[in-house]
Amino acid sequence: MSTKSEKIGEIIAHHHGREGPLLPILHDVQAEFGCVDEDAEVLIAKGLNLSRADVHGVVSFYHDFSDKADGRPVVQVCRAEACKARGVEALMAGAQAAAGERVKLHTVYCLGLCSAGPAARVGDKLHARLDGPALEKIIETVS
Amino acid sequence: MTLVRISDDALARALGADELADAFAGKGCEVHRVSSWGMHWLEPLVEIGGIGWGRVTSEDVDDILAGAGDEICIGPIEAHPFIARQQRLTFARAGKTRPTSLEDYEATGGWQGLMRARQIGGEAIVEEVTRSGLRGRGGAGFPAGIKWKTVASTPGEQKYVVCNADEGDSGTFADRMVMEGDPFQLIEGMAIAGEAVGADQGYIYVRSEYPDAIRKLDEALAKCAHIIAPFRCEVRVGAGAYVCGEETSLLNSLEGKRGEVRAKPPLPAIEGLFGKPTVVNNVLTLAAVPHILTEGGASLYDSLGIERSKGTMPIQLAGNIRRGGLFETAFGVTLRELVEDIGGGTESGRPVKAVQVGGPLGAYIHPDQFCIRFDYEEYTAADALIGHGGITVFDDSADMGAMARFAMEFCAAESCGKCTPCRIGAVRGVEVIDRIRAGGRTPDPVERMPVMHNAPRHGRSQEQEIALLTDLCETMKFGSLCALGGFTPYPVMSALKHWPEDFVGPAEPQAEAAE
Repeated sequence: MSTKSEKIGEIIAHHHGREGPLLPILHDVQAEFGCVDEDAEVLIAKGLNLSRADVHGVVSFYHDFSDKADGRPVVQVCRAEACKARGVEALMAGAQAAAGERVKLHTVYCLGLCSAGPAARVGDKLHARLDGPALEKIIETVS
Repeated sequence: MTLVRISDDALARALGADELADAFAGKGCEVHRVSSWGMHWLEPLVEIGGIGWGRVTSEDVDDILAGAGDEICIGPIEAHPFIARQQRLTFARAGKTRPTSLEDYEATGGWQGLMRARQIGGEAIVEEVTRSGLRGRGGAGFPAGIKWKTVASTPGEQKYVVCNADEGDSGTFADRMVMEGDPFQLIEGMAIAGEAVGADQGYIYVRSEYPDAIRKLDEALAKCAHIIAPFRCEVRVGAGAYVCGEETSLLNSLEGKRGEVRAKPPLPAIEGLFGKPTVVNNVLTLAAVPHILTEGGASLYDSLGIERSKGTMPIQLAGNIRRGGLFETAFGVTLRELVEDIGGGTESGRPVKAVQVGGPLGAYIHPDQFCIRFDYEEYTAADALIGHGGITVFDDSADMGAMARFAMEFCAAESCGKCTPCRIGAVRGVEVIDRIRAGGRTPDPVERMPVMHNAPRHGRSQEQEIALLTDLCETMKFGSLCALGGFTPYPVMSALKHWPEDFVGPAEPQAEAAE
């Protein structure tokens, strides 16, 4: 706990003086701990002189922040219109089967690769022109 | 040493451009990672001495270097019909320069707009931008010059320039390509906007789904800080909320709040970021500015296009299309030219069923309407919108009823929750569409109870459900605060109008039993 509060303190100090520092702080906390939980919210609220409700409102609004860490590897799959037009929906059953409980399949709306879908993202690595076997291979090899 | 050019655009990298670049480097070639030409169906594209090879894999490397590989060779890239037919202003450097090389940017006319802007001063800049006819490329099409004039004439010690780079629309990627391929051009446009309105701080709000764009903008900003000074600029990363592409919601997000839409007025131009006068423009709008500010740029821009839609529009061909990619051309091009001649029809080879123009909130257009010209007013008259210029093609296997349902589902998932028509209407919209597709509905046990005097005695028929959906869409269209709730009816109603057969469910609902 103490190391956690120290780390969050460092993050807040790092963004001190910026205009509208809350989102950059939340991004860093999410990246560091895999979530922004209750403890983190309290510390951030204190550091920025906000109420915890203010911070919680922001955390719960955005898809990128979660209140519980999910240790599983994540594969983001785009299921927006352009990827639907290129047949992503037909791949989803196989992808779910490949993911099972081990991998978290996360639907995103648009990775900006709309002319070469279906597309997926693992960390900062993007994949395009996927077919069933290619997507399943990504899911099976992600760690 | 052979000079090989390979794009480092996210799309090329997703298709193996990095491995390919390593393979060429391993053979002793000098590899330049340049921006993408926008011929996405050919990525990864390799260029040596102006000649291109498309969809190259590591196995082709030896062939290409040995002068073979004819079957994947596309000849001189600039002469390729897809490129030769375009009129590129915003994407003039596409495929030719290294994105974060100051040297390349300067050698291709970079910073000339900013230098001239500083000489002629704020008022003249606003005048030139107004004269060029540049309209906001984010979707609303509001004249950029008028917005700038409002900010310039509003008193305030601190003003801001905010670039809306929250390109969440499916089927659009032009912003991403500007940020990844020509970041200095965007920064120059922002610095000019700052000069015009008297703002010394800029923010670029980029969505978190674009890690490559964020990295390149950060790198570019660090390299050019001394050139744009005293203007300062910073990248801010979004957090996965689609609605933050709406300008007031974006401003709230930048301030560190929930990305809820603000009621207008006050306009952001008068009370924007932290309550200060703020220019909020889309990436493509700001990236068009450096060219307009060069000598004679405004007149050239004004001479292109038709009616009140001036200049060029980077159109994005996406979805099930044979030749997908970025096509920048003057306004006035018809949808048929774009989809059939330029795009080559569907990739699957099946007939085109529908085309969605303008992202998830744009109308589905039937092939019968393909003579429509790319023009803000012409689309509005046809109950459609240009939006951000994304064109998503669907073949005849698409289920338009499912797409209409998805539009409502998407709106429900992404609604900021501030206004009722969008927050609740979208949820009800999904339910109504489900009922239409199920053929109507029968009253549930509670509705059949004797005390429920006002509940309908009979089930609603499909026609009644459709009337309900139409009514709901009207309410959302006119009652929502922003375009998310206000434009979701476009895809829904256009799908219902042109493909009613996709909404047909099984039989009529069974007549209500108890009474």
